[in-house]
Amino acid sequence: MTAPMLARVANTVYWMSRYVERAENTARFIDVNLQLTLDRTGGINAQWMPLVSIAGAEKAFIERYKEPTRDNVLHFLTLDPDYPNSIFSCVAAARENARTVRETITTEMWEQVNELYHVMRNAQPEFLSHHFYRGAKRTAMLFTAITDNAMSRTLGWDFAQLGRMLERADNTSRILDVKYFLLLPTPEDVGSNLDVIQWRALLHSTDALEMYRQTYGPITPRNVADFLVLNRDFPRSMAFCLYRAARALTRIRGDDAHHSPNLVRRRLGQLQSDLEYATIDEVIGQGMHEYLDGFQTRLNQIGDAVNAAFFQPRDREEAEPSEPKGTPAATS
Amino acid sequence: MRLQPYRLADAFDELITENGRPRPAAEALSRRLATLPDGELVKKQAAAESALFEAGITFSVYGNGDDPANTERIIPFDVVPRIIPGAEWDRLEQGLIQRITALNHFVEDVYHERRIIKEGVVPEQFVELNQPTWAACRNIRPPGDVWCHISGIDLVRDRQGEFRVLEDNLRCPSGVSYVLENRRVLKQTFPHVFGELNVRSVDDYPDQLLQTLQSLAHDAVDRPCVVVMTPGIYNSAYFEHAYLAQQMGVPLVQGSDLIVHDGYVQMRTTAGLSRVDVVYRRIDDAFLDPKAFRPDSMLGVPGIMDVYRKGRVAIANAPGTGIADNKVIYAFVPDMIRFYLDTDPILQNVDTFLCAREKDRQHVLANLAELVVKPAHEAGGKGIVIGPHASQETLDKAAADIQADPANFIAQPVLSLSTVPTICDEAIAPRHVDLRPYILMGSQGCHVIAGGLTRVALREGSLIVNSSQGGGTKDTWVVDPSPFRADFAPPGMSQSQSQSTGGGDA
Repeated sequence: MTAPMLARVANTVYWMSRYVERAENTARFIDVNLQLTLDRTGGINAQWMPLVSIAGAEKAFIERYKEPTRDNVLHFLTLDPDYPNSIFSCVAAARENARTVRETITTEMWEQVNELYHVMRNAQPEFLSHHFYRGAKRTAMLFTAITDNAMSRTLGWDFAQLGRMLERADNTSRILDVKYFLLLPTPEDVGSNLDVIQWRALLHSTDALEMYRQTYGPITPRNVADFLVLNRDFPRSMAFCLYRAARALTRIRGDDAHHSPNLVRRRLGQLQSDLEYATIDEVIGQGMHEYLDGFQTRLNQIGDAVNAAFFQPRDREEAEPSEPKGTPAATS
Repeated sequence: MRLQPYRLADAFDELITENGRPRPAAEALSRRLATLPDGELVKKQAAAESALFEAGITFSVYGNGDDPANTERIIPFDVVPRIIPGAEWDRLEQGLIQRITALNHFVEDVYHERRIIKEGVVPEQFVELNQPTWAACRNIRPPGDVWCHISGIDLVRDRQGEFRVLEDNLRCPSGVSYVLENRRVLKQTFPHVFGELNVRSVDDYPDQLLQTLQSLAHDAVDRPCVVVMTPGIYNSAYFEHAYLAQQMGVPLVQGSDLIVHDGYVQMRTTAGLSRVDVVYRRIDDAFLDPKAFRPDSMLGVPGIMDVYRKGRVAIANAPGTGIADNKVIYAFVPDMIRFYLDTDPILQNVDTFLCAREKDRQHVLANLAELVVKPAHEAGGKGIVIGPHASQETLDKAAADIQADPANFIAQPVLSLSTVPTICDEAIAPRHVDLRPYILMGSQGCHVIAGGLTRVALREGSLIVNSSQGGGTKDTWVVDPSPFRADFAPPGMSQSQSQSTGGGDA
């Protein structure tokens, strides 16, 4: 257990990290879709609406853009300052958070998030290409790399790590959900004739293709799901992310194994062991979409509990708060 | 690019003598500039500014519409440094320490014995002891009787080349982060010149600041918890608050992070409350404690003044220090030096007329067109009327204002601020500068940063250096004679070859 940090600062670092991760993931799945459209086999019926679905923003999109054309979807997800989860909005929020905690993060981290912001600010709609998204993804990854290589493993890093891993687990589950739903609307379709290119794209957007190959070889929907949900070694799988999130949480709380776990630990521990002991056939049997939907709901509840346990300033040590109400604030 | 042709302004130039030669301390820089191909200096200028922008060393500008991008700018930075010879600096440093020591005595005195008033050196009418904020600070004893922990004293150089004090900033002087960052960037811009010259370092400022702040903690505290307190990210100096906290490795807090609990100031952490021993606050006294001062302050900590009075938290600068920070008290500082220190001032003031004095007022009103009139309690160049540049209408209004409220105005002769060569539209031309050195005063003594912030008026002929009114900054080099000369080293000798001679005293 390291020295305590300001609750406000912990909250800000946590969200800074989540926003950068969210921006990176959005750049990832847009980039893959762009590449699919270049590929004749996959590009004939290039679909753009699924990207909006991954982000869970159908309503917001339809209200303002009507047609899910390439340009509309790209603008909405990338540059729209009024859509709070566009890459631009996430990056701007991450930078604003970083600005508030400049004394806690390192100069290099600040310069990197600042650069990311200026890349997005200067982006022109006509240049939203593979090159652009690859650049955005790399600039965001560099921020994460600097964080990991420059910050002492004290509370600041732990909260950044907790935020990043919860966000990544959520993003992987969303990418999987939409693709799975689109490609295989019912569990009975498992084993049907599949479009390998689309599945490849799914793996690609999580940078998982090569690692998947090394583990499983041929691409099957079942194995892809297994890899992204339950694999313990792949750093973007849901199980891996939860394992790392739980580890960060243990460090934040100190070694309190002898005390009854608080709400955050209970919720996170339960979800993590569900993943640890599940088999992919059980998951598919429940219905993939239902399973992932439940997963996202439980992640939100963990977010609520993190907020209540660490970020709400308490003037004296009180008993653990009861079940917090409301949804997590999407902003810090 | 060359310094010549360089048309001197009607003022003392910091780098170039009257016959157009570089001053001795500026020779190396001048040689280096002469070797730069055309356009190179302008490129260096652009690179330096973009380095500052990338580092996010920006200040906020208000009232520029809704686009958030408009609200952030860097202060223009000019890559040609201002150079001060070390020997001259040493004398300045002594003068600054002398001045701040006397001011500290004054603050201590007016809140306790008031000797200086009783003995008639400073008339009571000029000391605003009844102002509510200052009244609340009577009879408080800050640790070590130090009040003015962090100060910035503005200096200008007159036509004869003599430094004079223009203003004492004892509240929350800002700008030191620019000194440190300008130096960092300029080292990248002119690495060879730095290698050749013996420029005094400014990099130890954060350490000195931390030591100063730690020295204020109660002796019983083993590892004092120091925090920097900011009004928040919308404050124009927020970058500096965060920067100093980061450089010192201490928390940056807002008022809402702090609470008075169990008789101490505590901060709200992820693991509950944690005690704070020293607060370097970058907010004004009036906002510090809504219970003691302005009740509508959302920035402060309710009850912090009670804790402070009991000696359970230190606050820098001490609340109440501002009583000595106005343009009227300024006029008495040379007298304070004689009174408290029994010695003559090393640094001279600018001649100052106090409009509250009948005789001075008559003189000011009769000579408005030749004088600079300043409100006594404004900062940042606000409300200043420069006689020779003002319209008759402005002068008439100034005269009316003075007659309505004489105590609120002072006047000074128009100064000829010194100039430094500055890049202007791809050429180099003289621009007027001032200098703000920062002085730290802890329980153990004083420290003055080597040089300080040089502010430059970028418009031709302008004497207003404030960043809010088109001013920029320069790096300030205090240069000592080099202990060795480059041509003494045998050709080809390098670090690695000289290792074999190691082992002896360096």
